[in-house]
Order: sequence, then structure tokens, then C-alpha cells
Amino acid sequence: MDILIDIFSQGYMQRAFFVALLISIITPLIGNVIVLKRLSSIGDALSHSSLAGVAVGLCFGFNPIISAIILSVIAALIIEYIRGAFPNYSEMATAVVLSFGVGIAAIFSGFTGNAANFDNFLFGSIIATSIFDLYTVIIMSVIVIVTVLILFRELFYITFDEEGAKLSGVSVKRINLVFTIVTAVVVSIAAKTVGALVISSLMIIPVACAMTVSKSYKSNVMLSVLFAMFFTVSGLVVSSVYDLKPGGTIVLIGIIVLLILLCISKRR
Amino acid sequence: MAILKVDNVSFNYPDKNIIKDFSFEVEKGDFVCIVGTNGTGKSTLLKLILNLLKPDKGNIYIDGENSKNFKSFNKISYVSQKATDFNSGFPATVTEVVSAGLYPKYGFFKFISKKEREKKVLNALKTVGMAEYSDRIIGRLSGGQQQRVFIAKALVNNPSIIFLDEPTVGIDVKAVDSICCLLGDLNKKFGITIIMVTHDISSIIYHSNKILQISDDGNVRVVSSEEFGKETIGKHVHHHN
Repeated sequence: MDILIDIFSQGYMQRAFFVALLISIITPLIGNVIVLKRLSSIGDALSHSSLAGVAVGLCFGFNPIISAIILSVIAALIIEYIRGAFPNYSEMATAVVLSFGVGIAAIFSGFTGNAANFDNFLFGSIIATSIFDLYTVIIMSVIVIVTVLILFRELFYITFDEEGAKLSGVSVKRINLVFTIVTAVVVSIAAKTVGALVISSLMIIPVACAMTVSKSYKSNVMLSVLFAMFFTVSGLVVSSVYDLKPGGTIVLIGIIVLLILLCISKRR
Repeated sequence: MAILKVDNVSFNYPDKNIIKDFSFEVEKGDFVCIVGTNGTGKSTLLKLILNLLKPDKGNIYIDGENSKNFKSFNKISYVSQKATDFNSGFPATVTEVVSAGLYPKYGFFKFISKKEREKKVLNALKTVGMAEYSDRIIGRLSGGQQQRVFIAKALVNNPSIIFLDEPTVGIDVKAVDSICCLLGDLNKKFGITIIMVTHDISSIIYHSNKILQISDDGNVRVVSSEEFGKETIGKHVHHHN
């Protein structure tokens, strides 16, 4: 207990804790739509594109978060374009963009100079959250939460039945575009704190856990946020006590909980 | 005035001239079945009417409004073959699914009270005989029950026309008969115009009054169900009242 009090009395740790909590709220909000639209790989495609942006930024001396956002948004637009051109093969779009991101990241990461800085984006550096990161995450979280709340009915309808939504007058194309751009921005910002290789898991695993116990769409959304908050808090505590990488610890706890829930739901 | 007017419409897929100079009208209160063998363009025609595809030539009017600029989404509803391609793992309740059907009535950033929404949803579910399933997860219902829920979703908005694309595909025979009876009731009791694409006319012909037949050579004709029944099934068709 003393160790925990000691850890959380540190300013940097409180900041990390707050940022992690915000990310654990916004990622499953996005994740619900992604998982239920069967587009789980979109998180991976965008996170790899954000890594490409980081590599380009570090290479040319821009703010890596800004270049990560720009490249992720471009990647998101490419995904939407390919999905529109091949509507029956939407998974192809994410595979193409993922390869594109990996390719650019691989080429430019060799010229970044400071490899440790690039690694921070691979696995996250939640403990080293700066004041700039803090404000960026707060602003983004407000934007994401407000967007998801305003578009809640539309996102549900599109996720459940895209054709039906279109015939009911929902601006499917416009909302898909807004949602994909928001996803790209969330992925880029969260990559700095929890890591590009981990962020898509944080979108998917809490939703998967919620699906094993939820009784409605609304409860699925709320439960996924609660699961994500639990994984994040427990992951931060465990990683602080045992000096582990926080991003990886958060995801592993999530996977363990998911496996337990799957075993329990199979027995029912 | 005709509630649906298809005026000299043509549509080609890149490799196939599928619809050529189609013209017909549907009156308010009609129950029309669109029939034809596979590949004759039944579903394509429905997609053209619903503006999911753009005709190469001609115009389609729904209640006097050109389908290209159609905005009166609260007048129409659509039921697809959901029971067969539905994601059964989707964590949505029957109430949540039916509530989505209210969207065209209120639109973007407009909301109704929870009480009013629940009342409308319950009424629609009662009409299709699914009221006691309101809290159930949609994916855990049978195909026939799911399709009843999708019909409730179409009904909740009090539409003038309901379009259905092969709604009985993948559903057992008993459930098919009860869904056909339900559609017949909606048409007769509530005066809703029904336009339905189907490949299996035997159950539904007793409830419909017109058949729109697309022949293999691309011609389209509208005949009464009685006449069509005599020609194809070889027996008289008596409407259920």
C-alpha cells in the first residue's frame, strides 16, 4: 500500500494516470463501432500509418505527433476510398494501408537519429507524459466523446445496417468519413502514450470483453469503457510496482480477463 | 395519383443490359410482388427505386417525388434479407433495433422523449406479435422472429410504402406463411402499400393484388394476382380477408 501511495503522490504519475484514464474512455467508444463493423484491423492499419508519420516527423524535425496525425488522416481517407471502390472487400483497404504504413515507417525510421524516441511511439511512454501531451489528450477526448454522443444513433444504425441507415436518410458517407478521421487522430495521440503497437488492442479487447456479458448495445458501450478503465488502472499499478512497460501490461491484463470471461461464458 | 411511378427506366451493369425501358405504376394500397427468374433484375429494380443505384435513363417517382432527390424518408421503409446475412453476434436488443427505424421521422440531432419512443416501439412490436421479446438480443432469435422484428422496424415510422427484398429467404416454411399473413394484414388493415421482390410466389400470391413479372427477355408486365395465379399455379387465387 505504501508503494502505491508513494507512486501516486508523484506529479508525473498522476498525469500519466489521468491521461491513461481518458484514453481508456475514448478508445472503446471508437472500438465498439470498429469491432461491430468487423473492421478490427483498421486500428492496426492506422497505428502503423501513425508510426510512419512519427518516423517522417523525427526524420525532418517536425513535431512527430502532428506528422503522425497527418499521415493517419491521409491513411484513413485512403481506407475510405478503397472501401468505396471495393465495398465487398473492406478488409483489403486496411491491409493495403497497413503495408503502406509499415513501408514508410521502415524506411524513415533508419534516419531518425534518436532510436529511443522512435521506440517510445512503438511501445508508448505513458510515464513520460508531458504537459503538451496532457492537454492534447484532454482536447481530443472532449472532441471524441462529444462526437460519439452526438452521432450515437447514427453510428449504431450504420454499424448495424448500413444500407438501412442510408435509406432512412442517415448521411452514411459523411459520418463514416468523420468517424474514420476521428479514429485516425485518436490512434495518433494515443500511440505516444500507450504505444502504436498496443493501441488497437485497447480499442478491441475491452469491446470483446463487454460482448461476453452485455445485454444491449448501450450496455456494451458502457461496459467496454469500464473494462478499459479497469485494464488501464490495474496495468499502470502493476507496471509501476514491477517496473514493466505500461502499454504491454495493460493489454496483457485485458487479454487475461477476456480469456477468463470467454471460459465462463462457454460454461453457461 | 400513383404512389410509385417508374418511367422509361434503363440500367446496365458493365457486362449486361439488365433493365431496358421499364415503365409501370403502383397505386396507393397495392400489394405488388416483383417476380422473375434469377438474373432478370428484380433486386436491381428495387435498388433503382430506392436510389441505391442510379438509372442510366428515365425517372422514378415516389409519391410524386423524384427518387434522385428523394428526401421524404419517413414515407418509406425497407426490409432486406437480414435473416440470412445478419450478424448474429451483434449485441443489440429488439427495442434498440426497432428504435433505429424511427430515425427518418426525426433526423439528425432531433430527439423524442423516451416515453414516446418506447410507446411507438411497443406498438410496432405488438403489431408483429413480438412485444414479449423487446429486451431480447436480436441475434438470439430465430430467423422468422428476426424478420418480424425487422418488419416492426419498418413499421414503427408509419410509412406509406414498405419495400421488401426476398424477406422470406432462409426462413422455415411455417414462419414464411405467418410472415406472408402479417404482410397481408399490414396491407389490408393499415392500407400500407407493399412492394416485395420474391422468387417464391406460392405463399404470398394469396395476399397480393398485383404481380410485376420480369421475363427472361427483359420485358416487364403487370397482371392481377388472380390472372397470374391461373397462368402459373393453375388454380384460382382467393384473397384472404
